[in-house]
Amino acid sequence: MTDSVADISHLILQKLLENPKVPRDISGDSRIVEDLAFDSLAVMNFVMEIEDTLDVSVPLDKLADIRTINDLAVCLHGIKAEQA
Amino acid sequence: MSAGLFDKYSSLKRNYDSLMAASPRNPFGVVIECPLSATVGIIEGRETLLFGTNNYLGLSQSKMARDAAIHTAETMGVGTTGSRIANGTFGLHQKLEQALAGVFHKKHAMVFSTGYQANLGTISALVNKDDTLFLDADSHASIYDGARLSGAQVIRFRHNDPVDLEKRIARTDKTPGARLIIAEGIYSMTGNIAPLDKFVEVKKRHNVPLMVDEAHSFGVLGDHGRGVAEMQGCEKDIDFIVGTFSKSLGTVGGYCVTDHDEIDLMRLCSRPYMFTASLPPEIIAATLAALEEIKNRPELRQKLQDNAARLHHGFKSVGLNTSNFISPVIAVTLENIPQAITFWNALLDAGVYVNLSLPPATPDNRPLLRCSVMAAHSTEEIDQAVETFGVIAKKLNLV
Repeated sequence: MTDSVADISHLILQKLLENPKVPRDISGDSRIVEDLAFDSLAVMNFVMEIEDTLDVSVPLDKLADIRTINDLAVCLHGIKAEQA
Repeated sequence: MSAGLFDKYSSLKRNYDSLMAASPRNPFGVVIECPLSATVGIIEGRETLLFGTNNYLGLSQSKMARDAAIHTAETMGVGTTGSRIANGTFGLHQKLEQALAGVFHKKHAMVFSTGYQANLGTISALVNKDDTLFLDADSHASIYDGARLSGAQVIRFRHNDPVDLEKRIARTDKTPGARLIIAEGIYSMTGNIAPLDKFVEVKKRHNVPLMVDEAHSFGVLGDHGRGVAEMQGCEKDIDFIVGTFSKSLGTVGGYCVTDHDEIDLMRLCSRPYMFTASLPPEIIAATLAALEEIKNRPELRQKLQDNAARLHHGFKSVGLNTSNFISPVIAVTLENIPQAITFWNALLDAGVYVNLSLPPATPDNRPLLRCSVMAAHSTEEIDQAVETFGVIAKKLNLV
């Protein structure tokens, strides 16, 4: 199950580490744009992968406030709770 | 101390500076000093083959359109000096709207001052913050910007993937607020063609209206040139068709056609329609003439298809990596930016102009050499372009 924010954060980290270009030392506090060097398109495409795993859809405007992996986990957790 | 206005562009500046250091000329500053015909222009003082103009039928140089523009400028002047809802609607604007509705067999049409504004104006008139939009992930910037202007919730679906679209729509079946799906006919960067007939099946199952941007497919695909929806036999199920005059019609402007009688309400709440000057009369006259040419000269579409197939086959035969769709947009995909910059400059040095498209404006983070084919290209010009691409690709050890 991936219900809690911590579970979702762990899932995101696992997914990110599948990409060999992502630094190995990332954590929940890593900033997606600055520390992972993702541009806006890369962020949107990565979120699409997570959406499929969690069976949720994240509206683009929600991404505007997300800075860190933990921010993304909190956002996904909230949407999943709304859609439940 | 507060930040300077341009501080936020430091990373853009770094990328731009490194691009300029790697490229002998500015890829975003190419000047066509003078077009000699639809297919040849003077660039850097030399005759250059044009393979990046979106002028699919060559109608920017149409004699009928030029004559109509000259006559109208002489009789009506060169501008309207007002917006459509004030003093900027001439009889010609209404005539063009009726002509467009007739061409598409729809009840209504609305004309905008650019294709970009047609998307901004249509999307922002149809949805607002309480609504949900489903956009193809590879949508044009004008669709994303229209979505932003509308304030609607935006959900992206995987490019050209009806199964993924349906999955995302199904998650919102109980959501209050209106919903709208948006796709394009031909995608401008890659030339990929949308499975609109499959999207129609999804929209019917979930009762969600569908808007299609046929900017690159109008005048190009379908027995009568009405685009991908005509080609796939699903026109009557498309709720809103948006397009531009600045591709196959050779002028400038945009439109939305629909059977929805509420179009007059759209005119009153579409800010990109209301708060800008309307198209000048000579442009409307030239566009009407170009529409007639599209209707009366189906051989242009056939020639365009033949030319597109010839260029596509030529690129494949010299080992270049292109999409499998044969459409008038044919993009050669390269692996990295330095390679693309070198290739693009070598093409221009050899007298062939194409568009250099760099990430993140490209779909999968790889650069593209984007070519657009014209009905006006001769077979010799196409063969020359293929040969030039092949020689350069070999020199760069890419094939």
